[in-house]
Amino acid sequence: METQNNQLNYIEDTQGRWGIFAWIFSTDHKRIGILYLISITTFFLLAALMGGLMRLELIAPGETIMDAQTYNGLFTVHGIIMIFLVVIPGLGAVFGNFFLPIMIGARDVAFPRLNLFSWWIYMAGAILAVYSQFAGDGPPDTGWTFYAPYSTESGTNVVAAVFAAFVLGFSSILTGLNFIVTIHRMRAPGMTWFKMPLFPWSLYATAWIQVLATPIVGITLMMIVAERLFQIGFFDPALGGDPILYQHLFWIYSHPAVYIMILPAMGVITEIIPTFAKKSIFGYKAIALSSVAIAAVGYFVWGHHMYTSGMSGTARWFFSFLTFIVAIPSAIKVFNWVATMYKGSIDARTPFLYAATFIFLFMIGGLTGLVLGSLATDVHVHDTSFVVAHFHYIIFGGMGFAFFAAIHYWWPKMFGKMYNERVANIAWLITFVGFNVLYFPLFVIGIQGMPRRYFDYLPEFHAGHLISTIGAFILLSGLFLMIINIYRAKKHVTPAGDNPWGGVTLEWQVPSPPPTLNFDEIPTITKSPYSFEK
Amino acid sequence: MENHEHEPHENHITSYTTLAKVLIGLLFLTFITVAVTGIHLGPLTVAVALIIACVKGGIVLTWFMHLKFELPVFRYMVLGVFLLFALIIIVTFFDYAFR
Repeated sequence: METQNNQLNYIEDTQGRWGIFAWIFSTDHKRIGILYLISITTFFLLAALMGGLMRLELIAPGETIMDAQTYNGLFTVHGIIMIFLVVIPGLGAVFGNFFLPIMIGARDVAFPRLNLFSWWIYMAGAILAVYSQFAGDGPPDTGWTFYAPYSTESGTNVVAAVFAAFVLGFSSILTGLNFIVTIHRMRAPGMTWFKMPLFPWSLYATAWIQVLATPIVGITLMMIVAERLFQIGFFDPALGGDPILYQHLFWIYSHPAVYIMILPAMGVITEIIPTFAKKSIFGYKAIALSSVAIAAVGYFVWGHHMYTSGMSGTARWFFSFLTFIVAIPSAIKVFNWVATMYKGSIDARTPFLYAATFIFLFMIGGLTGLVLGSLATDVHVHDTSFVVAHFHYIIFGGMGFAFFAAIHYWWPKMFGKMYNERVANIAWLITFVGFNVLYFPLFVIGIQGMPRRYFDYLPEFHAGHLISTIGAFILLSGLFLMIINIYRAKKHVTPAGDNPWGGVTLEWQVPSPPPTLNFDEIPTITKSPYSFEK
Repeated sequence: MENHEHEPHENHITSYTTLAKVLIGLLFLTFITVAVTGIHLGPLTVAVALIIACVKGGIVLTWFMHLKFELPVFRYMVLGVFLLFALIIIVTFFDYAFR
């Protein structure tokens, strides 16, 4: 399976274009992956700083650094940027673009121009999203969920914000479509479905959600615009509409969207654990099919966001039942990761530390999700900071830490340079501690009754908020250390070698950085992707 | 034509007569869609409208978009999408029917 390569690598090969144009007009899937990496990291830092400002406001009761309206705008902007610009495209757009073709033995995605077009659409949506925060009548104050009827009445810049989400949806759909066709049509000879690595499997399941669910939210958001402009009466009860219909339509997309965020994260973890346990993955087919099961069942659990909305009792128990069902394939994955590590020869390098942290944080997020999935307990903690904590344990502790795991795992392959592992491990420790100090107190004060999205609170919640704010700044310092360390690795000249971790999937068989066309000759696959036998 | 059903890269030319028949079928279904709005069907109004729309979508996919000549895997994919759509509508109406 070893491939020798004499081509220019993708960084050297500018294909006759100059400077930035060699990037923003390149149809090379690896360059497009880097474009997404830079864009997404920039927006992540922007929204993380907003999160830091919100935590600073909550450091003490009463108004500290901003008024209530500014706080409302800030949590909305933080949510819109994090959800639509960072975590939904996140792993798929960056690492999926970069590694999917290489991992399945292809030279590029099926539609390279469409791939570049997807990034341009993403940037157009991103510019519109940022514009909506600073132009017009002030940043939207609806929260990222744009709940009707408030979003149809708010005097703030809601139309531009929902239109930005609409545009970003197109980018997501086109990327999903590209990945589905690539996986169906471009796998290397001999790579049957069950010889395909599990990160591509997770991208495949995700891509179907992107293609099928995203149009629903696109139309729903346009219905908000139509309601605002023409007072049609879709959602506003004063016009004969039904606000619960909005919640149905919004969550029909936005709950599967959680799986758009988390499935590729699970795929990344499934790649990292066998490499550092030096052992074939336990339960390959179970992991592959559980991705598909999560994607399929995940379509039918949206109502668990709406237990207190006034939805019918029959629908509530139905959604609660399915919510517990979807926990099963997630638990299968966790069991398989742990079983893979069992009796493995574990090498606890930086990517492994992040991957193990993912499992720990995802378990806390998952188990607290069952509290929210149960009808009775959900009523107690609905719209409290318990939900904020649960959500961040899943999305940040899950997708975020998987992103950090992925960047530390694949960075040496992407740039051919190794970062300082000692500093990376220190950054991991600070990030891990900061994360838990930030979010765990929110579970506690949430159970005690602290509502979410409030800029002020009663004195009894002060201790929890103070600890949480301290955690936020520990976390931010860990993040900055991590980013500086990784950035310095690109500047310095510690060569990483082609296979620094001893990985066995196809990306570790090509040079670092990979050549423009990935392979001199497309390899023929004869073994399972995680075969560690020599 | 049947001989070419499993050869997706072949060019398929559908006769004008067939296309005209499909067009007339679609116009007839559009007429039905408008006509049924005048009949009081209660909660079934939405279901009837959606079923007619699905039939029209199926016809467009089959003849105009050449699904008829594609590999079975594409038909299964489209079938899966229709099934998903139907299930989402049914589950949503679990709320409205029992509220």
